[in-house]
Amino acid sequence: MASLRKYLDKIKPKFEPGGKLHALRSVYDGFETFLYTPRTTSPISGAVHIHDSIDSKRTMIIVVLALLPCLFFGMYNTGYQHWLALGDNDFPFWSLLCYGFLTVLPRLLVSYIVGLGIEFISAQIKGEEIQEGYLVTGILIPLICPAELPLWMLAIAVAFAVIFAKEVFGGTGYNIWNVALVARAFLFFAYPAQMSGDKVYVATDAPFGFGEPLSDAFTGATPLGQIATQQGPNINMSGIDGHLIDTWQSFIGLIPGSFGETSMLCILIGALILLAAGVASWRVMLSVFVGGLFMSWIANIFATPLYPVSYVNPLDQIMLGGFAFAAVFMATDPVTGARTKVGKYIYGLLIGMLAIVIRIYNNGYPEGAMLAVLLMNCFAPLIDYCVVHANMRRRTRRLSAKSSSHE
Amino acid sequence: MKLKLRKGLSLNIKGALKSGAEAQEVDAGIFAVVPDDFPGFTPKVAVKEGDVVAVGSPLLFDKENPDTKIVSPISGTVKAIVRGERRKIMRVEVARAQVETTAQTFDRPKDHTTAINFLAESGLLVFLRRRPYDIIPRPGDEVRDIFITAIDNAPLAPSLSLLATQLYDKSDFEEAVELLSHTTSGKIYFCRDEEWQLGPLKGTEDVVVEGPYPSGNVGVQIANIKPIDKGDVVWTLDVMTLGRIGRTLRNGVFDSSAVVACVGPEVKEPTLYKSILGAPVQAFVSDNIAEDGRNHRVISGNVFTGVAVDMHNDFIRYPYRQITIIAEGDDVDEFMGWASLSPKKMSQSRTFPGHFLKRMFSPDARLNGGRRAMIMSGEYERVVPIDIIPEYLIKAIISRNIEDMEKLGIYEVAPEDFAAAEYVDTSKLPLQAIVREGLDYLRKELE
Repeated sequence: MASLRKYLDKIKPKFEPGGKLHALRSVYDGFETFLYTPRTTSPISGAVHIHDSIDSKRTMIIVVLALLPCLFFGMYNTGYQHWLALGDNDFPFWSLLCYGFLTVLPRLLVSYIVGLGIEFISAQIKGEEIQEGYLVTGILIPLICPAELPLWMLAIAVAFAVIFAKEVFGGTGYNIWNVALVARAFLFFAYPAQMSGDKVYVATDAPFGFGEPLSDAFTGATPLGQIATQQGPNINMSGIDGHLIDTWQSFIGLIPGSFGETSMLCILIGALILLAAGVASWRVMLSVFVGGLFMSWIANIFATPLYPVSYVNPLDQIMLGGFAFAAVFMATDPVTGARTKVGKYIYGLLIGMLAIVIRIYNNGYPEGAMLAVLLMNCFAPLIDYCVVHANMRRRTRRLSAKSSSHE
Repeated sequence: MKLKLRKGLSLNIKGALKSGAEAQEVDAGIFAVVPDDFPGFTPKVAVKEGDVVAVGSPLLFDKENPDTKIVSPISGTVKAIVRGERRKIMRVEVARAQVETTAQTFDRPKDHTTAINFLAESGLLVFLRRRPYDIIPRPGDEVRDIFITAIDNAPLAPSLSLLATQLYDKSDFEEAVELLSHTTSGKIYFCRDEEWQLGPLKGTEDVVVEGPYPSGNVGVQIANIKPIDKGDVVWTLDVMTLGRIGRTLRNGVFDSSAVVACVGPEVKEPTLYKSILGAPVQAFVSDNIAEDGRNHRVISGNVFTGVAVDMHNDFIRYPYRQITIIAEGDDVDEFMGWASLSPKKMSQSRTFPGHFLKRMFSPDARLNGGRRAMIMSGEYERVVPIDIIPEYLIKAIISRNIEDMEKLGIYEVAPEDFAAAEYVDTSKLPLQAIVREGLDYLRKELE
């Protein structure tokens, strides 16, 4: 370790103003602060002399950790769906995992290289330290897209989201909309054909020559996609091989869907990690689920064949599609969400309710959760404004009560 | 009255004073006063180098209120008037010498005017603070109430009950309360904890406060007892200043005695010293600093609100009761500290194993991370037990929005009330400095 430190110190002058590699200063800084805790100490007066050990790097890494169960499950499930579509009866664990890994690897790489590349460049232009917000966004984006999203589309979506949803607003901590969801929304509206239908949610290629390529003689529609085309009141969802999907299966998550968001189980493990670490707000998470359950219950009471998704029972509603993933990983983004205590409940409830409303009354529109979070991102500042003003009013009222008693 | 607060934090830092510690006498040849310790005081020198001064004679005047002065803690000769950049007065040093002194005799104040005169003339007024703005009081203030705190529960802080009883007795406190009662038309609140031995003080509203730091902060107490509104002026002081006022009143001589606890993970043996205001730091530290080859940070005060001082050349600073020594931390290379699972890392966050361990920590002065925009929400309000929304107040200050600052309660706070929030902040923002700038800005704009 000492030699690494020495090496970093040795090459440091090259990156300082006047050095040959000054244009890469932000990259050097990024790596140096990643490898070694900065030696910067507190000012000598007017400030605290000790600081908590927590920093934003650690916070972000906890979120990445919480996403890993979903990532690994996504790998397995991608392989599983592929094998299922092939008609195999045999599901070799490591082959499935390996298939999924090889499918997601290029997407993870593209997401990180494009996203971090833009972050490095803008940090250099602004003369600031590289911020770690993209560490989380970079893994989120592949998780909420179909497994075989074309790489060039992913690259464009990432670039669009990082530049126009984040950097133009000032970078990490200043963005209005959740960056990963902006990338997802961009893909959804720019390339609808590649983001919907009954084929895209099952991987068909043989990545790096691994596995067998698939002909398109199968239907791999997601459960929500299937329900939208059915008539109530009896609705059923089936897997690729035709077997019926029940609540237990949607809980485990061996169903077609976006790469990392099918498994309620893994999402709950992630939620547990986030809450145990105290990194995400339980207020938001809980109220999204409560809002979702409540709205699906209402819709279920007034279920009509016009809107077949309204027949889905509340428990299935929150397990299907991107709902749970959005509740745990998207709504809880502190930067784009509500920041006041009371605001968080309102924000979460509305996300949960809106996601279900969009999903049901837009006839199986499976992107309800995404749009609900993005919409509430817009309104989070307004919610906070109202909460903050309630606090202000308490103070003004105290003042006016006093001045009237003096008269 | 009882006041129970839940929000806040308590840190387990090594090197606390043991209970029942006996104070050692410490003497020195040179003492100094530092005008920077008294926010709102614009210093004008009252003496020249070489002048002979008695204890209690003025060294500095306030340009804006010439009645307000900072006085000499000892009798001797003015050794140096140390100036910094742009001739700013950094400190006035006085060397002890045998001086013919005539004890000043103060008439026992009987009304508002004489009480204020006494406080200003004796040099004790600058030891009080005034809200809004957290500055020294002005003689013309119409004081709504006075708040006295007998609690200091900052990290490693010596118990104020212990310090107070080392120097003063109950009649000192009650004489001072009697005097202060002339300066306000309102009440005098005395906030203490269970440790306080002397019982309620005559003439005060007795408030027993319970809860973790910052419940000892007088600002937190005010906000939970009778919040400050726009237009209110409240004076605050700690029980040591109260005792000092009483003792000065009784003896007729400025009381400059001080008890100082030298604590922290980098002291050999946490020790209590009896000395004099403005004594050189070296006197307390020189043979008590750990010899472990590390760079040290000597703080006059506690780790949250103190001032880092030069161990060889500086003097103990207001409020003259604690010196904390920690490691500076600029001599360590911590490999991937953000990923560390070491139980030695101190944190309020549950992502560190140390959070769950009942152990003592030795934090150093590093920021432990890079400065960021505000990312996490709800962090500050967990440690600020005041009915304000700290994050939004900070944002209003940063954007210099006076109307919002007022509505969000800037008059209720002092920088120290944000110290705990600054400690826990993931984004490492300088919250106390931001609040201080906000208060100064407001004062400049509105007066």
